[in-house]
Amino acid sequence: MPTVRSKRSFAPWADSTERPLLRIEDVSKRFGGSAAVDKLSLDIYQGEFFALLGPSGCGKTTLLRLIAGFEQPDSGRILLDGVDLAAVPPYRRPVNMMFQNYALFPHLNVEANVAFGLKQEGLAKAEIAHRVADMLAMVKLESFGRRKPHELSGGQRQRVALARALVKRPRVLLLDEPLAALDKKLRDQTRFELMDLQRKLGLTFVVVTHDQSEAMIVADRIGVMDHGWLRQVARPADIYEQPNSRWVADFVGDVNLFEGVVGEDGLSVEGTPAGTLRVAAKIDAKPGATVWLAVRPEKMRVASEAPQSPPENCAAGTIVDIGYLGELTIYKLRLADGAIVTAAVANTGRAAGPPIDWDERAWMSFAPEAAIVLTI
Amino acid sequence: MIPKRTFVEKLAVRIPYAWLLVFFLVPFLIVLRISLSQPALAQPPYAPLFNLLAGWHGITAFFGALSLDNYVLIGSDPLYLLSFVKSVEIAAFSTLFLLIIGYPIAYGITRTQHRIQAVLMTLVMLPFWTAFLIRIYAWMNILQHDGPLNQLLMALHIVNTPPVWLATDTAVYIGIVYSYLPFMVLPLYATLEKLDESLLEAAADLGCPRSKIFWEVTLPLSAPGVLAGALLCFIPAVGEFVIPDLLGGSRAPMIGQTIWTEFFGNKDWPAAAAVAVALIGLLVTPIVIFQHQTMRAVERG
Repeated sequence: MPTVRSKRSFAPWADSTERPLLRIEDVSKRFGGSAAVDKLSLDIYQGEFFALLGPSGCGKTTLLRLIAGFEQPDSGRILLDGVDLAAVPPYRRPVNMMFQNYALFPHLNVEANVAFGLKQEGLAKAEIAHRVADMLAMVKLESFGRRKPHELSGGQRQRVALARALVKRPRVLLLDEPLAALDKKLRDQTRFELMDLQRKLGLTFVVVTHDQSEAMIVADRIGVMDHGWLRQVARPADIYEQPNSRWVADFVGDVNLFEGVVGEDGLSVEGTPAGTLRVAAKIDAKPGATVWLAVRPEKMRVASEAPQSPPENCAAGTIVDIGYLGELTIYKLRLADGAIVTAAVANTGRAAGPPIDWDERAWMSFAPEAAIVLTI
Repeated sequence: MIPKRTFVEKLAVRIPYAWLLVFFLVPFLIVLRISLSQPALAQPPYAPLFNLLAGWHGITAFFGALSLDNYVLIGSDPLYLLSFVKSVEIAAFSTLFLLIIGYPIAYGITRTQHRIQAVLMTLVMLPFWTAFLIRIYAWMNILQHDGPLNQLLMALHIVNTPPVWLATDTAVYIGIVYSYLPFMVLPLYATLEKLDESLLEAAADLGCPRSKIFWEVTLPLSAPGVLAGALLCFIPAVGEFVIPDLLGGSRAPMIGQTIWTEFFGNKDWPAAAAVAVALIGLLVTPIVIFQHQTMRAVERG
């Protein structure tokens, strides 16, 4: 029985002695003229929950299909346990896929769907029945074995698809937008179930999603993908707090970007729409170089009066938009030169109304530590 | 609440029923009534005739004269049973050959690009642009003793003496399979074209090799198309007249030929009608019921 590991201490990618379970080496795949996957390299480790996050058309599904064997790479190698998969047809790969539309066999009932993969292995009838029953119990579908897929709800079909792939005990389970077809409430609940299942079984999951909160919640690491390559691979918190580019900062969550040039002391950025802004650590760029400061809306402060001290990282503007979300209020502030700054303020008290109103003058500010310096 | 149907909507629902009533049920009842009559040297060549002028007495006399004699006749004379068996045999094997030939064609077409699919389907339908009878005459020409087929077989040294094709069952099979092929390909293509590609990938992903995917996924999922195509070919093939008459022999006639002979050769309309009714009762009705049940099952699942 695999032990339930702690999420925080799990970091095989940081250990240079650890061998990856799945290694993607310089893989490219072109369709017509355009590259769906472009010289992409990635290591995925045993027991990892890896999320490929990106906008639609970024090549994430193609990458998944390359791993499953439905597509052949034009160049590069995909290795599982050090073995090149190029010569291994999909039906012999110890990798299973959960399809976005679930792809359940409509002519077979739930049991037969789940048993399908085991029958291909030529297992004994009793063994198959036993494993199917176990798996259906695990996804809480014990009493639905005789039903046909069309007699199930969307959530139940999703579980059958999951059970059908998991029952094969794959080395890597590939999930293509596993929750996209579910409604919001069910999706939120299923995310946690998926995580539990993955940890309980100690399997390696690679999930493709365009939903960043899904990737954030479930994944050990996220690979942010764009135009066929990985812009950043890191833990969810690192992707959010330390994006490596404006593109990633902007794609994952909301962000305010201030463009300016590095000051002489290396601790300030000059000429931004909010004036000179100070940062907490020395900027890794020459004075005079163009950089961007990224500040998340929830790290912005908004006040109806000018802050007394310190006066740094502060700019005045006019409130142009207020969005009340319940737990948060979103303020949009137009600075003197027209730049819009977004601030998300937690509604911790039970105020009768927003302390600042539309068209009023307000001040935004942020701590030097809140700013992320981006050079690309 | 279901809104009340307007007059036009009611009409739209009733038109198909009216069509069936006028063009199927009424002719069937006429044939049924003839099948219960006796042949007569008269115009029309059967008795009794319905005589309304004789009043109530005429009606009772009419019904009193109806009998099941013709059914007794076709039940006792082995000629009819033999031609019935022959028809079913020819139609069944033809349907089998059509499936064996039509399935790969339909499957192959769905594997091509979308634009090419339309072209290929047009090609499948193309023979319909010439008259059916002309195409069968063309086959008579192809299959005759010194026809192109035998010339080809001789030239290729496949045979040394030209085989006889015409007036054999083989010629009938060739004619039926050739003529009915579009009716088999069309429903198969419609079903296979809808087949979800990801199901085949899922099967492969779960460890099913290519050759097995066809038997485990593609074929079961195309069953409605197979059934539709088989019925679309089998039912008219059973009653086929022109093809066996022009290409087949006369030793064991098919049921269509038997009906024709009774009708035009022997001028025995009642016996011909009885054979036709028996054919509907024994074959067509069970098939229609079976198809109805299957289609309902398909709709449900």
